[in-house]
Amino acid sequence: MTLDFSVVGSYSQLLFTGLLWTILITALAGSISVLLGIVIATTTLYGSSVASLPVRGIIFLFMGTPLLLQLYLLYYGLSQVGVMLPAFWTGVIGLGLHYAAYNADIFRASLQAVDPGQTEAARSLGFGRGATRRYFIVPQAILTALPQVGNNSIILLKDTAVLSVLGISELVLDAQRAISETYRPFEFYFTAALLYYVVNLAMEFLLSIAGRKAEEIR
Amino acid sequence: MTQQAPMIELRQIRKSYGSHEVLKGIDLSVARGKIVSIIGPSGSGKSTLLRSINMLEETSSGEIWLDGQQVNRPLKGRAFENHINHIRQEMGMVFQQFNLFPHLTVLQNIMIGPMRLKGLTKAAALDRANALLAKVGLADKGHAYPARLSGGQKQRVAIARALAMQPKVMLFDEATSALDPELVEEVNQVMKQLAAEHMTMLIVTHEMRFAAEVSDHALFMDGGVVVEQGDPRQVLSNPIEERTRAFLRKHLSN
Repeated sequence: MTLDFSVVGSYSQLLFTGLLWTILITALAGSISVLLGIVIATTTLYGSSVASLPVRGIIFLFMGTPLLLQLYLLYYGLSQVGVMLPAFWTGVIGLGLHYAAYNADIFRASLQAVDPGQTEAARSLGFGRGATRRYFIVPQAILTALPQVGNNSIILLKDTAVLSVLGISELVLDAQRAISETYRPFEFYFTAALLYYVVNLAMEFLLSIAGRKAEEIR
Repeated sequence: MTQQAPMIELRQIRKSYGSHEVLKGIDLSVARGKIVSIIGPSGSGKSTLLRSINMLEETSSGEIWLDGQQVNRPLKGRAFENHINHIRQEMGMVFQQFNLFPHLTVLQNIMIGPMRLKGLTKAAALDRANALLAKVGLADKGHAYPARLSGGQKQRVAIARALAMQPKVMLFDEATSALDPELVEEVNQVMKQLAAEHMTMLIVTHEMRFAAEVSDHALFMDGGVVVEQGDPRQVLSNPIEERTRAFLRKHLSN
């Protein structure tokens, strides 16, 4: 059997829809992972031990177990005890939580790396503890964390493929649908791989722009 | 009565790190519009003393007064936070390492205090910032980020940032010690200009000549005590105490 990429053309709409879902899932889960990552990092650093200990335990769990297992637990495990989340949102939340744990670690290191002189300068002007963090420490930490958090977002993009096991429409599942009708796995998986790569390049380009901005203030 | 009260008054300030006492009962009074310089070897406690005035360092005992208000009031928790945040707005501080906010432009560095803490509108804060930048000779640098500035320029921006809060006093913690020698003068010029405008200033410095020239009163500190104080020209060129003489000899030979 020879390769024939012309079959891909008639499924372009399906693949394109899958690609859009992949991008949407990446954007939603990525946002959750960044925002929650910041919340977790500030809670574990600045919060009382009552708040920070359980949070640290949860991080340990999310970083120490496979993403796939976490998704199964969220989807099948929770439905068993009566919590029914739509598959799409299970996937988005699961991915978001998983990467929030990794991002939290990065944000925590970045927060700790901000020069203590910054706190002294802000406090000496009359800024309180909370305002000092909000206006000076957290923004600087976010800029420091940007390259690593960006890399995590690229890994997250690739991990959206895992959601296909929950029957969530995205690029891989839609490629599989096309394959089940055409029996052409190479053509469709290869095309899907190319599409991931293109989105990847676009993300890296955006990151490099943001990185250059961050470099300017160093 | 308040008019007669000193702008800064320290009474029997003590501070210990564990069993090591770094300030051993310092008294100091700075009258309104006066300039006092503190010199002394590193480890003498002079920076610690300066930093305890706005409570960046906590003291073990003693009283700190600013213009008739006690700085280290015996308050707890939230009440103390509110008090100290408020009274710090009346004391400008300039650091050896500048400590400009790197993620903000020069103008934003100067405007953020007045806008967030004093409720100035953006337009009013911008006017004030531009006027201060012109005063420190950096009117054209408003939109630059601190990373683009030389050390001398950074320190002048830091002074402008402190002045934007319209403080009653300015505290300088070795403001020129981190600068290349050729950049020291531009910062000294700004400080002299403030002196001419009768800003009350407390200056911790290594620069004897500048201290003698600009200040009304000088203290020599060593080992957590004030060894000698008086007219700066006398303390810095013809001191009475042997410890001061030894320090000056060593300092001048370097």
